[in-house]
Amino acid sequence: MSWEDDWRRVRAIAKKDLTTELRAKAGFNGVASLAVTILILLGLALGPDADALRNAAVGAVWLATLFSGVLAFNRSFQVELESGALEPLLLYPGPRWTIFAGKLLANLIFVSLMVAIVTVAGIVLFGIAIPPRWPTILLVIALGVAGLVVLGTFYASMASRSRAREVLLPLLLFPMLVPVLLAATTASKALLGADLMHEAGAWTRLLIGYDLVFLIATFIAFEHVIED
Amino acid sequence: MPQTELSRESRAAAPPRTSAFFGFIAFAALIAAQVFSILTSPAEADMGHLQKIMYVHVPAAWMAFISFFVVLVFSVRYLWKKRENDDLLAASAAEVGATFTGLTLMLGMIWGRPAWGVWWVWDARLTSTLVLFLIFVGYLALRAFVDDAEQRARWSAAVGAIGAINVPIVYMSVKWWRTLHQPQSSPSTLDPAYTMGLRLNAIALLLVTIYFIRKRYEIARLERAVEHLAEAAAMGGK
Amino acid sequence: MYNGRPDQAIDARGLGKRFGIRWVLRGVTFGVGRGEAAALLGPNGSGKSTVLRILGTLRRPNAGTASVNGLDIVDEAASVRGQIGYLAHAPGLYDDLTARENLLFAADMLGLPHASVDVNLSRVGLGEVASSRVRGFSAGMQRRLALARLIMRSPSVLLLDEPYANLDEDGVELMNSVIRDVIAAGGAALLALHELAPARGILDRTLTLNEGRIATGNSERAGTNASLAQV
Repeated sequence: MSWEDDWRRVRAIAKKDLTTELRAKAGFNGVASLAVTILILLGLALGPDADALRNAAVGAVWLATLFSGVLAFNRSFQVELESGALEPLLLYPGPRWTIFAGKLLANLIFVSLMVAIVTVAGIVLFGIAIPPRWPTILLVIALGVAGLVVLGTFYASMASRSRAREVLLPLLLFPMLVPVLLAATTASKALLGADLMHEAGAWTRLLIGYDLVFLIATFIAFEHVIED
Repeated sequence: MPQTELSRESRAAAPPRTSAFFGFIAFAALIAAQVFSILTSPAEADMGHLQKIMYVHVPAAWMAFISFFVVLVFSVRYLWKKRENDDLLAASAAEVGATFTGLTLMLGMIWGRPAWGVWWVWDARLTSTLVLFLIFVGYLALRAFVDDAEQRARWSAAVGAIGAINVPIVYMSVKWWRTLHQPQSSPSTLDPAYTMGLRLNAIALLLVTIYFIRKRYEIARLERAVEHLAEAAAMGGK
Repeated sequence: MYNGRPDQAIDARGLGKRFGIRWVLRGVTFGVGRGEAAALLGPNGSGKSTVLRILGTLRRPNAGTASVNGLDIVDEAASVRGQIGYLAHAPGLYDDLTARENLLFAADMLGLPHASVDVNLSRVGLGEVASSRVRGFSAGMQRRLALARLIMRSPSVLLLDEPYANLDEDGVELMNSVIRDVIAAGGAALLALHELAPARGILDRTLTLNEGRIATGNSERAGTNASLAQV
């Protein structure tokens, strides 16, 4: 089995996941709508004072992302479980990490789209002024999304097949995401302001380290958890 | 005829017997260390005798760390060798670790109420310990929700190892989160007068921890032994 | 180390499997030779599907060993997967993809050219509906599509779980022709069935799974064994 074969499999799985999700009635639209709804509820719960909202904006966007992300991750394995498609999937030749990589790719695209929508909604609803250092904020968001998707996909591969998937996935995932949440929100808040203490750089490095560590760890571990 | 790894190997070794004498020694050491520390250390400048809660609070936190390290080692070992006993030991350490983490949090809150006036502050160490507690709880919840023994072992090992890797990262990120904004308010700046007491309590609590983990592991092994008997009956009988 | 019989297409020895505390399989031992088609009979819940799953490397046994074409199902699982064609009871298709897209995905995963897809769709009689989503397919059509996917793998050992379910007469004949082709090429087939009628004419033996074991003395030729109705 060559790299080309593996890469072809990764692409096939990613394409299949994205196609099925985009065609499913409650797919992307449902998840994105949920995210924006959560954001609106947070605005209602934390507002209406404009300053309070502005302070809460970054946290609210990330929380909306986290809660709807959980839905997306479970769905990415749901598609295999509905009609028993996981068994044929496991019977194809080739290494198992290609399944993980394919689903990671699909989830990355999916969640990035969702985050884009939620961020725009957050800017509008919470009255954020776009700062000069916005490209760096985009980088922070991208790194945060990467960490979220890697661990979310990994834990969903197990939680979706267990008895209490709606509870188990957040229970496993959210404590693990604490560093991502802290890094992304703190760095973003700093960059929205003047970043007087130059902390954005340190947090960005933390995110990169975190993403790398868990990308490697989950790739290694996936092989062990995907079998029934 | 060859059996699969799981049943053959664990059937061979008898479950361990944890010496009750060892348990007695461990608890006696703990009581002795506590008495020594309480009687010999002075009242702290601000906190008075309340400070002495840290003689359990701090070692308990250390034991939680050690337990988590045991979970890491045996989870990785299980993924490598697929020996069922490694999974049982990791799970026992996780239960004990969760208990100690809970204890650390409770004592932290009990100390904090008179000291800070509130039940909770988002202080770096307390917050990190809370996250650690949640990671332990997630591990135990996963085990509770998976019925098949082999799958449960594989999944917990993966989750345990990956969770353990995150522990230093969590501590670091929470610490940065706090120190970059406000000065740290923590239970102790350690006066040498307290160090001896802490060390003694740590050693004693370590003995207690080892005793608990061994005992829990022994029970787990006994449960497995019963299951093996059932297997033999099912396979052999008519 | 497994030292089974490599000349057998399927060789199961003392397979045991439990779910929770219930032992479903308690020492399943049997063999299927090359060029043989065998039926695995048993009441519902007797573990027929579990036997197929274990042989198909989808589950690990709690006890015992087995080999397919001489390859151990646990130690050489990847090689085993390359040789078998497993048809589960559930269709295992993606409802929101079209028939063609489902097979294109399989082709990509198997490393086969896309051209083979339409050929196989016609073979199973789904050429007309190639561009329709599987969600609208009947159970019989889904089974045909799953069969097409199986054919694409060019398997030498077939593991079929209730292959005739939901198939009409043409479908049954199609399934049997596929089985005959594999047998003629020196392969083997193991069918989990609850009734023998559709498989008459292609089976060499029947095996009965009862209380987690293969009942002895059941290698009669299919069609001459009237007592199977009692199982």
